[in-house]
Amino acid sequence: MTLAAAAATAHATTTSAAEAHGFLSPTGVEIAFLLVGLVTFGAALVTVTTRQLVHAALWLVVTLGGLAIEYLLLTAEFIAWVQVLIYVGSVVVLLLFGLMLTKAPIGRSPDADSGNRWAALTVAVAAAATLIWVVVDAFRTTWIDLDGPAAGSTKATGESLFQNWVLPFEGLSVLLLAALVGAIVLSRQAKATATEPGAPSEREPR
Amino acid sequence: MHLAYPAVLSALLFCTGLYGVLARRNAILVLMSVELMLNAVNLNLVAFDVWLSRTAEETLHSGQALTLFTITIAAAEIGIGLAIVLAVYRNRGTSDIDRLRDTAESHDADGPDRDASTAPPAEKAEATA
Repeated sequence: MTLAAAAATAHATTTSAAEAHGFLSPTGVEIAFLLVGLVTFGAALVTVTTRQLVHAALWLVVTLGGLAIEYLLLTAEFIAWVQVLIYVGSVVVLLLFGLMLTKAPIGRSPDADSGNRWAALTVAVAAAATLIWVVVDAFRTTWIDLDGPAAGSTKATGESLFQNWVLPFEGLSVLLLAALVGAIVLSRQAKATATEPGAPSEREPR
Repeated sequence: MHLAYPAVLSALLFCTGLYGVLARRNAILVLMSVELMLNAVNLNLVAFDVWLSRTAEETLHSGQALTLFTITIAAAEIGIGLAIVLAVYRNRGTSDIDRLRDTAESHDADGPDRDASTAPPAEKAEATA
């Protein structure tokens, strides 16, 4: 009985909090989120549609940076800086190195998109329509209270990470080590098999 | 902030990445699209974690911990994926995933070196699509 009453009151407070903030009178945080979200989504669209491969990687930087700003707006500071450090700092650099090492064309490449582009567009639009319909229908009246202390400050994230998530954290470090060793092994095997057929003639210049 | 804003943005980004994975031909562009999908999931995790940490007073911060794990796994995945793409490029001289059809079921003659004979099916697929 008390649980039901508590749930009812909680539901009432959330709905009243959400109804107090309508969609037609957005707050400043919402306007900023919307603008940055538009930039992020536009950059993501350019990333998957441009025919210049290096430009795709550079627009991916805009997308990931925009997502870091969205994390800051959601008061998740630590995640935002980790996003900037790891994604913008290393993943995009790795992707650019990959583009360079596979001799990607610098200019427009006519075959950047495969033949099933329209099927892919149909699937993506259908999935987007379904997901947005479900999400808006489910969370139309849900309100995130962003006031007060930040929910994702470095202190809060560190405390939760090293009090409740220590074992997965250590397991993740082992996984990173395994991935590092795996990448090295993959690269070494490729080099060994590539130099094997013409080994003497290729080794002589060194 | 309404929870619908980050949820809708996350859905849009996920479907953009889905389109990229399905429509791109270069393997590195497919990896970029996979990164977009992972980032959409991260945004959802962070938004729902911030919401739950206030509404339900949940102090585990499981959403943010999972976001950090996802970012780490994405970094590992991009390293392994690029190593595989580079190995394929060294062996085959191309990173177009449409041309890597050695294990595909084909009706006509199949062999390890059929770069010239893979072009007509690709053109046919483009014409029918």
